[in-house]
Amino acid sequence: MKLTGAQALIKSLEMEGTEVMFGLPGGAILPVYDPIIDSSIRHVLVRHEQGAGHMAEGYAHVTGRPGVAMVTSGPAATNIVTPLCDAYMDSIPMVVITGQVAYSAIGSDAFQECDTTGITMPVTKHNWLVTDPQDIPQIVREAFHVATTGRPGPVLVDVPKDISNQTMDWYWPEAVDLPGYTPSSQGEPGMIRKAARLIAESRRPVIYAGGGILKARAAEALRALAEMTGIPVVTTLMARGAFPDSHELCLGMPGMHGNYTAVTAMQKADLLIALGSRFDDRVTGKVSAFAPDAKIIHVDIDPAEQGKVRRPDVPIVGDCRAVIEEMVAAIEAMGGAAAQPDRSEWLAQVRAWQRDFPLHYEQSFEEDSALKPQYVVEQLRDSTPDDTIVVSGVGQHQMWASQHWRFDHPYTWVNSGGLGTMGFAVPAAIGAKVGRPDRMVWAVDGDGCFQMTAQELVTAASERIPVKVAILNNAYLGMVRQWQELFYEERYSEVYLSPDLPDYKMWAEAMGCVGLRVEHPDEVQAAIDKANEIDDRPVVVDFRTDSTEKVYPMVPAGGPNDAIILDPSQGEGGR
Amino acid sequence: MAKHHTLSVLVENKAGVLTRVAGLFARRGFNIYSLAVAPTDDERFSRITVVVDVESKPLEQITKQLFKLINVVKIDELAPQQSVERELALVTVRAESGTRSQVIELVQVFEGRIVDVGHDEVTVMLAGHPDTIDDFEDLMRPFGIDDVQRTGRVALPKLERQAPRLRSVSGKVG
Repeated sequence: MKLTGAQALIKSLEMEGTEVMFGLPGGAILPVYDPIIDSSIRHVLVRHEQGAGHMAEGYAHVTGRPGVAMVTSGPAATNIVTPLCDAYMDSIPMVVITGQVAYSAIGSDAFQECDTTGITMPVTKHNWLVTDPQDIPQIVREAFHVATTGRPGPVLVDVPKDISNQTMDWYWPEAVDLPGYTPSSQGEPGMIRKAARLIAESRRPVIYAGGGILKARAAEALRALAEMTGIPVVTTLMARGAFPDSHELCLGMPGMHGNYTAVTAMQKADLLIALGSRFDDRVTGKVSAFAPDAKIIHVDIDPAEQGKVRRPDVPIVGDCRAVIEEMVAAIEAMGGAAAQPDRSEWLAQVRAWQRDFPLHYEQSFEEDSALKPQYVVEQLRDSTPDDTIVVSGVGQHQMWASQHWRFDHPYTWVNSGGLGTMGFAVPAAIGAKVGRPDRMVWAVDGDGCFQMTAQELVTAASERIPVKVAILNNAYLGMVRQWQELFYEERYSEVYLSPDLPDYKMWAEAMGCVGLRVEHPDEVQAAIDKANEIDDRPVVVDFRTDSTEKVYPMVPAGGPNDAIILDPSQGEGGR
Repeated sequence: MAKHHTLSVLVENKAGVLTRVAGLFARRGFNIYSLAVAPTDDERFSRITVVVDVESKPLEQITKQLFKLINVVKIDELAPQQSVERELALVTVRAESGTRSQVIELVQVFEGRIVDVGHDEVTVMLAGHPDTIDDFEDLMRPFGIDDVQRTGRVALPKLERQAPRLRSVSGKVG
């Protein structure tokens, strides 16, 4: 069967099970857009290529399947670099197809030419420049394989226009041919037994669960491990929902804005069981002062993470689920729960921290009371189904959402962790809703973030993707303002945004959404109820929140985690 | 040279592979001391012999990150005692009539060859162990070196009487 390169590309995407892709056409990708008309793949037409990338990420986050985005060459390719980097940092499987100028014109500074594979090399797991239409099925197959196996990540396939137009003999490769890529998933049995012994000796252990739990579909295995051993679990920003917040062993989020108990339990632990986590600087604070008495068991599928930041006592390279299941079996073989030491003192200490230093804010309901952002998050949490998907951007609102939501299900929290990409929330929420149309999807966004990518709500309105957006509008680049208040003597430099400019309600309506505004705590519930009732178009709620509210607890950047600062009303902490 | 390690990196012979390897060193903060690349007897693969400065980052991180490149097939760390290392140098040195015979004598001692002759200078080709080339450079310096071009070292594991002691770095994962 003779196909054009373009037809082969779309057919290859279909063969890989692609249901939806996010994109925007242009000159060099024109040939590939023609067969889309006849394809089973749904195409969501974005308003900016960055949106396509973040939508693909949001889709991948909630479905576990690779997100697919397709854009043209040059500026379109550069516009999708941010999502690629974001996906690379957070290990999100994503396949990006870019158009390229004709192969014969490469290097001539042709119209809309840029060195896409060169630019994206540092932010992709791998990328390909197609030089022969006959290679297309093989490359697409390899691209999906690389994106979804081992430590997942984004890949890019750059397709010159003349290659798309040339014909090839259709085939579907039976196997990938990547002699240098053989990810292993099984952990070393000796190391797993050693880990089980270390656990059995530990009096003050903490499970440090990271995003790898979710990538490996290991939430159930994690729960089995925690319940068998009775070891408390912290869930990092990337792992929120990997262990239920309402579980008695869940300590919530550690790190720079983690809660006191999660941070302090890690500091005082004699053993950290790191599962799919990478000792990120936002978790460790000053590395030399991080969990100083703890031995480390480190389970990660990426061998380069072993010892990158902290040298583990027991390094285990493997898939989190496979390794945890083996670990549970090894512990069982050693006597199971009955053979674990008495840790009641440790758990009592943890309970005492939870009791004495909970997350704290005060919402009053006087006529002139300012609306607290945490109150908005908690009201949203209590007025939506348990399995609601929450998507955030980056900054104060992200931390409040992570802190005050109660994540009881995996894959209900979508955010930009490693890269910290402002503007992530709106497009990622759209992608999440496309992936899980059965779920309610709320973006909790900041006013600064919202202004970066809000135009994608036009995409959502026209494609009938009913996402809901809560803007915690404090009229500032709030996290920067917080740092300037605390560390730059309240010298506020370029952080004021205005609550009214733009008029978010009118802007939402201009984009085909329902726009609502809330200024007083008494109005919050009614607005949320109204938003929840609308499911034929997107809704944007402009919550006018207190500009002076800060995210606590807080570990100053680069400082030791023992220097955690609580909300000023809670005093100095408990040491 | 104690801070340097030689890695023999077998890569797929595909466009852009050298960029991937060199780019990785740059963005992870590793320093390359020397680099030599050429195809192997199997046309699907090339071998990159790279001497890395392990003061900048531990060798373990370098090899693990290199392994993550899809086109990298195999990495061998070549310890100096267990490998044959060679380098080629072209050296243009001043050789006026008064000193020419001394220069030629030294070239002969080092088993080099004079490959070009000018009025006041000669270009010498020398192949040998990198330390030998260092010594040769030192001895030529008083005569006045105009130009030196070294290839960077290439290396292969020593053929031992018993099993070859070639430390393969394991744990390849994507």
